[in-house]
Formats: sequence, structure tokens, C-alpha cells
Amino acid sequence: MKSGKKKNYNLIVGGTITGILLIFIVIGFFITPYDPNAMDASAKFAGMSLKHPMGCDNFGRDILSRVMKGAGTTLSVAAGTVFIGTFFGMILGAVTGYFGGILDEILMRVNDAIFAFPSILLALVFISLLGSGSYQVVIALGIAFIPSFARIVRSEFIKCKNMDYVKNAKLQGAGHLRIMFVHILPNTFTVLLSAIMIGFNNAVLAEAGMSFLGIGVQPPQASLGRMLSEAQSYLFRAPFYAIFPGAVIILMVLGFSLLGDALKREEQ
Amino acid sequence: MTDKKEILRVSSLNVSFQDRSRGLFGKNNRIQVLKDVSFSMKEGEILGLVGESGSGKSTLAKAILGLIPYEGEISQTSSYPQMIFQDPYGSLNPAKKVGWILEEPLRLKGGLDSAQRKQRVREMLIRVGLDESIADRYPNQLSGGQRQRVCIAGALMQEPALLIADEPVSALDVTIQAQILELLKRLHKEMGLSILFISHDLRVVYQMCDNVMIMKGGQLVEQGPVEEVYFHHQNEYTANLLKAAGINY
Repeated sequence: MKSGKKKNYNLIVGGTITGILLIFIVIGFFITPYDPNAMDASAKFAGMSLKHPMGCDNFGRDILSRVMKGAGTTLSVAAGTVFIGTFFGMILGAVTGYFGGILDEILMRVNDAIFAFPSILLALVFISLLGSGSYQVVIALGIAFIPSFARIVRSEFIKCKNMDYVKNAKLQGAGHLRIMFVHILPNTFTVLLSAIMIGFNNAVLAEAGMSFLGIGVQPPQASLGRMLSEAQSYLFRAPFYAIFPGAVIILMVLGFSLLGDALKREEQ
Repeated sequence: MTDKKEILRVSSLNVSFQDRSRGLFGKNNRIQVLKDVSFSMKEGEILGLVGESGSGKSTLAKAILGLIPYEGEISQTSSYPQMIFQDPYGSLNPAKKVGWILEEPLRLKGGLDSAQRKQRVREMLIRVGLDESIADRYPNQLSGGQRQRVCIAGALMQEPALLIADEPVSALDVTIQAQILELLKRLHKEMGLSILFISHDLRVVYQMCDNVMIMKGGQLVEQGPVEEVYFHHQNEYTANLLKAAGINY
């Protein structure tokens, strides 16, 4: 970073939070202090201690271990969702934006119709068709996320397709596919990247929301939303059970949205 | 010059656009942009095309390049005519490095491997008066003049016989203008290039061109050798143009 430029605190803070969480999650994939699903009747609702830093839940499972595993589940579901949304949204947006005309009209009206539903509601519809489980959640949320990405990519394509460099590529004999994905697409990356960051947040929240409603990740598998949902009956007896998973969700969303803001600022 | 072959012949070219301003259910109006344009161009010629804004100069260029639909006949011996655009800021892809941009025409043409392509790019950069190191830079790190040189290099990579320059210098400041014109002239000599030079600047056209066409409202009102048109013009519009440019003889 140049010395004359104002420091991008969003980038530093967002990067730090996200980095620490990622390390936490990656460790959780390989090793956790306890088996996250192992029950221990003697440790039921055990408070915070050195043995169980975040305490234990109603089955005596170690909350730290479950948060580590659960954050990983939430993150993978969110990543899968954003991947599906971005991938198909990109293709849809590229085709409609580049070719325009009647195809654009039809696809974008369908897109608008899907966009009009809240993504959770839409995902609920798909879940009821596909059944519940973490893969189904990824597909359902992914489909629900396609329209917003398609919109962003489309508007960028419309902006770029009349630029002289596109005409130049045409004159040199480049085909439509090459122009779309080699010449124009890289110009949408900066905008797409900050959209991915925002989409990622929404996906984390949507996963948590769906698991909270009991249609996402199935027990005994841990996810942050699932844990919150289980914790709500013991809110007064064991407040730490709800606080820790909730705090991790908040940190995850905060980290990514700060990073998204930072990227937007860097762009300008 | 007279025994040279024709590189481009345009006969009774008409171009019209749909008027969309009336909306979906409005009357189907077509706006005639080019009316019955005919001319021919010889190999190695620099042909000037002069006219006020909106007279259809760029439309004619686009029709020749096949970027827009037209009626009439355009026959050309050059397979991939290339174009230099007015705005050097829009005609280079901002997401790609200069080297990539210049390699792309060769990649599309095929037949060369990566090392050969890179070699050709280096040669071309030197030919248009740029440093080889520019290949590793992005277009937004270059000045307007450098960008226009890169555009010219890109247009020449496929070794076209015909180059269309659509106001190639009007977005540049005066000293850079002179350099770019010099460069075009030199390339014209070295490569035997035919150039259709579109401009609204009559002085530049006088410097550059062998023949000139005057366009008004989508029609060619006068054409011929530069000396002829400038000093023995038949048309009143040409006289007005020359007077407005401060060339009154």
C-alpha cells in the first residue's frame, strides 16, 4: 500500500477476523478437542471451564468442538451456494447481456420473477421438492442465489459489449464465446468479487436460518444454525450454548462484509 | 498509380437504422444514414473521408467492416480489414496486458506458437516506436499517445491490406497528433498499406491523403485527388468546409 494513500482499515480488520476464523475452521476439519458428537451424561450443561472452554450442551457434547465442526459445515454450505449462484448466474448474465433481444427479455423476466421471492422462501420450496440435508440446502440456496448474480453480470456485459475493444476482437475474427468469456468476463471480476462477498454473507445467514428452522443440516451433524436452534430451549439454563455459535456467525458475517467493503473501496 | 489493383469497391451503398424512439408500438420509422454511396480505392492509397459530425463517416466504416447490416455492394480483396478507433481509451481491453492484447490477433489467426507470437509482438512494438517492456503493462498505465500506438500495432498484427482509421488523432493533443500521423505515414510506406482516413480536420487530410471524399448528410458530395478537391472544388458545401477550416483559396 502506498504511503500517501489512506489506510484501508476494512481490509485489515476484515482480513484478520476472516483469517482467524478460517484457521479455526481448518483446524476443526482435522482435529477437535473432543468428538463433536460424543455424548457425556456427566458433563450435561457443564459451564465454561478449562476442560470445556465453551461449556457443554444438553447431551454433554463439547460446544467448542461442535462450533469448530459446525462453522466448517456452515462455511462449506455457504461456499457451495455462492459457487452455484456465481457459476450459473455468470453464464446467464453473460448470455442475456451479450446477445440481448428477445432471449434477454424472456430470461430476465423469469429472473425477475424468481428475484421477487425472498431467497429463504424460494429455498424452502426447493427443499420441499428435494428433501432436506446439507447437499440439498446447497442446491436450493444456490438456485435462489442465481438471479442476483445474473443481474450484476448482465449489467456489466451490457456496459462492455459496445466498447471498441469488443469491436476490435470481432474484426480480428474472435467468435462470440471467446469475446464473452475471454475478452469481456475478466472486466466483470472486480464487481463480481464484491458481489460474491455480500452473497457469501447472505448464504451464511440463509444456511443458519434454514438449519434453525430444522430443514437444513440434519442432527447429529453440527452447523451453527442447527446449534442455535437447539440452544433456544435452554437459553436461560445454559446461555453460553447460544452465545458462542451466535458469536461465530456474527464474526463470520462481519469479517466477510468488511472484506467486501474493502474490495469495493480498492476498486475506486 | 493507375495500374494498381482495386482493393475496395463500394457501389450504391445504403444503410438505414430502425428508429426506436417511438417505443414498442410506434410507427416503424427507418432513418436513412447512408444514401447511394459509391467509390473505389486502389492498393496503397490513402483515401481521406471528410464530413461534419453525424454525416455518416463512421457508419460507412462500420459497413465496410461488416459490423452493421447494409444494402448495396461492397467488394474487397483484403480479408480482414482492421480499424483504429477514435478513442484510444476504449479500444484496449483494460483487463489484459498489452502483450496479451497484441498476441490475440495472432492467436485468432493461428499458425504460430507462443514464442513466435511473442517475437512478433516485440517486433511490432519496436516498429510503432514503443519500448518492448510495454508488453508487460496494462493499458491504464499508458498515455494517450502510447495507447494509440498500441492500437495501431494491434491493427497491424494480422498484416491487413486495408486499414480504416476513424479519427485516429482527434482525441490526442497536438504534438502527439503529429507523431501519430507521422507513424501512420511511415507504416503506409513500409508496409504498402491502404488507409481509409476518416477525419473532420481538413488540414490533416491535406497532409496525409492522396484522394479525398467529402460527405454530407450520408451522401458523397465531392471526391477526387486532394489538390483537385481543395483548389478546384465544384460543390458549395466543400467551399464552406474549406472556408470554415481557414483554407480559402
